[in-house]
Amino acid sequence: MHSDAFDRYHESNSFVHRLDPRVKVIVTIAYILSNALLPDGAWLAFGLSWLFLLFANALSNLGVGFTFKRSFIALPFALVAITVLFSIPGNPISTFRFLFWDLTITDMGLLRFESILIRSWLSVQMAILLVATTRFPDIVHALEHLRVPTILTTIIAFLYRYLFVLVDEVFRLLRAREARSAAVAGVRAGGSVAWRGRVAGNMAGQLFLRSYERSDRVYNAMLARGYSGHLNTINPHEMRRVDYLTTALALIVILLFQLVGRL
Amino acid sequence: MTNVLSVHDLHFSYHDHHPALRGVSLTLCEGDKVALVGPNGAGKSTLMLHLNGILRGQGEVFVGGERLTRDNLPAARAMVGLVFQNPDDQLFSPTVFEDVAFGPLHMGLPKDEVLARVETALNAVRMSNYRDRMSHHLSVGEKKRIAIATVLSMNPQILVLDEPSAGLDPRARRTLINLLRELPITMLVSTHDMRLVEELFPRTIVMDEGLIVADGMTKEILADEKFLNEHGLEKP
Amino acid sequence: MHYSPAPLHIPDGFLNVTVSVIFWVITVIMIGMAVARTNKSLGEKQVPLMGIMAAFIFAAQMINFPVAGGTSGHLLGGALAAIVLGPWAGMLVMTAVIAVQGLLFQDGGLLVMGANIFNMGLLTVAIGYGFYRSVMNKSTGTKLAVAGVAAWLSVMAGALATALQLWLSGTSNLQTAVIAMLSVHALIGIGEALITVAALSFIFRTRPDLLGEGSASAEGGRGWVMAGVVISLIVVLLSPLASADPDGLERVAIDMGFIDAGQSAPYQVIPDYTLPFLGTTPLSTIIAGVIGALVVLGIAILAGRSLQKTS
Ligand SMILES: Nc1ncnc2c1ncn2[C@@H]1O[C@H](COP(=O)(O)OP(=O)(O)OP(=O)(O)O)[C@@H](O)[C@H]1O
Ligand SMILES: [Mg+2]
Repeated sequence: MHSDAFDRYHESNSFVHRLDPRVKVIVTIAYILSNALLPDGAWLAFGLSWLFLLFANALSNLGVGFTFKRSFIALPFALVAITVLFSIPGNPISTFRFLFWDLTITDMGLLRFESILIRSWLSVQMAILLVATTRFPDIVHALEHLRVPTILTTIIAFLYRYLFVLVDEVFRLLRAREARSAAVAGVRAGGSVAWRGRVAGNMAGQLFLRSYERSDRVYNAMLARGYSGHLNTINPHEMRRVDYLTTALALIVILLFQLVGRL
Repeated sequence: MTNVLSVHDLHFSYHDHHPALRGVSLTLCEGDKVALVGPNGAGKSTLMLHLNGILRGQGEVFVGGERLTRDNLPAARAMVGLVFQNPDDQLFSPTVFEDVAFGPLHMGLPKDEVLARVETALNAVRMSNYRDRMSHHLSVGEKKRIAIATVLSMNPQILVLDEPSAGLDPRARRTLINLLRELPITMLVSTHDMRLVEELFPRTIVMDEGLIVADGMTKEILADEKFLNEHGLEKP
Repeated sequence: MHYSPAPLHIPDGFLNVTVSVIFWVITVIMIGMAVARTNKSLGEKQVPLMGIMAAFIFAAQMINFPVAGGTSGHLLGGALAAIVLGPWAGMLVMTAVIAVQGLLFQDGGLLVMGANIFNMGLLTVAIGYGFYRSVMNKSTGTKLAVAGVAAWLSVMAGALATALQLWLSGTSNLQTAVIAMLSVHALIGIGEALITVAALSFIFRTRPDLLGEGSASAEGGRGWVMAGVVISLIVVLLSPLASADPDGLERVAIDMGFIDAGQSAPYQVIPDYTLPFLGTTPLSTIIAGVIGALVVLGIAILAGRSLQKTS
């Protein structure tokens, strides 16, 4: 068991992979913003937006359907939007009984519900494409360029580096817990909830201490290499002409979706 | 030969702990390749952390002939390249490039020079094609070699390595031995790998319980089986 | 290992642009203050410490334990981070965690990240630290008990804020969202409280110096106590109001231009969102909501599990 499952980057040398990470971050955010701005039921604009996504998929050599496969991760959250089906006034479509209540779905409610799901579904796919085509350290560089405070990007860089190390430690702790939690016949395994919570809390405490001590050693390793409180970084990215052009073009297209959506 | 590193009567204890160093003295001359051996908890790592001022006990440390003080710490740190026992502590950046560039960058070198140093250091450990790899993807052996590159890029005069061969498979260990043999640089290497000691280091220092209990020709020390056993060591 | 999304991470698409932008602005201001404070007051050692603590919170969120009926308790970590790192560093650490979850795992959206950071990173830290700060000089037992309450409340505050944002965005009916979010998170908050208390007591036993005088834990001002109390009061006062008598709140939201009049007024469409045998009392509404919420929770768990299996 290794935490490689956490890697979202797919190695390739496509046009999208080669773009400057800033371009991809900016276009992704603009795309998500555009989806959020489109009015309910702007089907044509949503459709164009989807084509844009498919096109970006194709340009990244990952296959047109690449992001589709993982696009349902936000689905369980759709439950929170279910009430709009009934709570927005409009023409009734159907009524059914749910436990004690008669619920009526309205056309306006359905429209809103579908629009929310589509916005979410499109947006999450673009975000998936971003991390599939951009190595995470490069995304952090892009954030640095986009004026996110250095202290925050540094924390994020450390988080990414040690995420893998610490998650491996969590697996070891969990495995050790499993190995030691045998069930005795006739007794409910694992004790009370409070007891199980305490075991989990002890594991978190243990992990905290190990992490704390590790941060001491890492600090020493930084000192040994000349760190004195101020972090210097070297950022290998430079915007080329094609990066500027792609950004401009993508933003114009995204703006067009807004026009179409509001016609 | 010039003496590049020396330690006089060094004492140190970690907070609320029994002493880890109890009067350690040693001298390294230019070009020396010295092994530092001793059982777990002998104080090897603790000693190494004093050599560029990360820990500061009682006693004196001289680097390049100068007494280590708060003011010359940066210079001393550039001179003594210290590689930590655990490569996951040593490699703290997301990518290999950023890690190898960290030292030169924090020495205030210009960008071109930094890039050139990264190139040279990665070449020296035969890892130039790993420049853009992410550290968490590397195997233990690869991490150990990159860890050495992270200090080589600072052009140190002395390389201090804490257990560089621990956890390596035979081939990675062999690669490392060849690498250490080829590096034309003064070296102090702590290890539990007595075959490595025999093969690579003419001189050996033995530590136990915070003291240096032997400092001499590797051949002679390894020949004294009774002495080795007394200090928890084995003949290779 | 599968990375399983936690219920408070709002994905993109579920908040409208106005709400998203407002919470980005609030969050950016708070982060700006935190950056200024940490740059000024904390030593150079703090940088690797905060970085690795962020990785710790992320990893600690994966430690889970079975609670009941297939749900599992796990940690969100805001209160814990605030208590061990101090409030400002805690905020930055939580921000980094939520940013990575959104950016790398799409657990939480990007446009809505401001709201997610606010709910899970700022509110939780303010409550966690404010409560803890008020008993800083008391016995360890008191500190642990208060930390537990704070951990539970911090989750409830995050849940309430999430529900309100969903409602203001026209994504959810106010009453249902509040009742569903709060009743589900009343359970989740117990897991949070148990783990937080146990983790803290472990640290008290092994490294009391990390939580004592002069540690990062002790360095926030008394103003945090106020912040914690005020936020909790809002949670305590607003929750029953929103769940039993939403009309007032909706009136305010309409007046402030947040939502259309047409969007609200759920009573016209669901006239009897109450239990028949209890009549139309506020209590009846709340219980009805809880039942609905539990059903929703069940569906969510099933959906989550089947997604987990397929991926
Ligand atoms: N951070 C620390 N805090 C407290 N005590 C420590 C710390 N690091 C080491 N020690 C103690 O100091 C003594 C010397 O440890 P040191 O790590 O220097 O030994 P070592 O020779 O490097 O051992 P090993 O071969 O296991 O690496 C030991 O008793 C150890 O327990
Ligand atoms: Mg050691």
